[in-house]
Amino acid sequence: MLNQYETVFIATPVLSEAQIKEAVGKFKDLITASGSELIHEEHWGLKKLAYPIQKKSTGFYHLLEFKADPAFIGKLEIEFRRDERIIRFITLKLDKYAAEYSAKRQKKVNAKTQKEN
Amino acid sequence: MATNSSEIRYLTPTSVEVKKKKYCRFKKSGIRYVDYKDPEFLKKFLNEQGKILPRRLTGTSLKYQRKVSQAVKRSRMIALLPYVTDLMK
Repeated sequence: MLNQYETVFIATPVLSEAQIKEAVGKFKDLITASGSELIHEEHWGLKKLAYPIQKKSTGFYHLLEFKADPAFIGKLEIEFRRDERIIRFITLKLDKYAAEYSAKRQKKVNAKTQKEN
Repeated sequence: MATNSSEIRYLTPTSVEVKKKKYCRFKKSGIRYVDYKDPEFLKKFLNEQGKILPRRLTGTSLKYQRKVSQAVKRSRMIALLPYVTDLMK
């Protein structure tokens, strides 16, 4: 039974642009490889953290939203813990209202990006 | 003889606290899900030190106060909101 999940993770600011893409790509491939479906993805870029994590005060935020079966989440989280580049992550199961909210949010974000380019 | 001698005269009329009817903003505006990802909205429920405001001040109903506090704790986890700070606003 596929549930809808959302994960936000923060990568260390020390990384170069390429390493960030590579790190994010790794998790995206992990998701798509496992037969779950990546719905939405957002990159908030370098943001200032509200409090220092591992002595760093900024971080690359990234949001992934996907549909997966529950067994896969354990593997994903192990992967997050193993990767040193990721300093903090949170994965959530989206309930009915949350899924509705994120669908609305996606439209807003897509509309905004369309307007930009 | 002053009839209302017992009445204490104040220089300024005592301003009785007009009781503003508090309402739950979530019920009124029909918000169903409190998003932990936008700290601006959550800041309305925090005081200057970043602590969660009690229901008696914000007037939110119990069901949504729980959602708000869970969202605040989650956004603190991913460093969008501080655990403790001073003069955050």
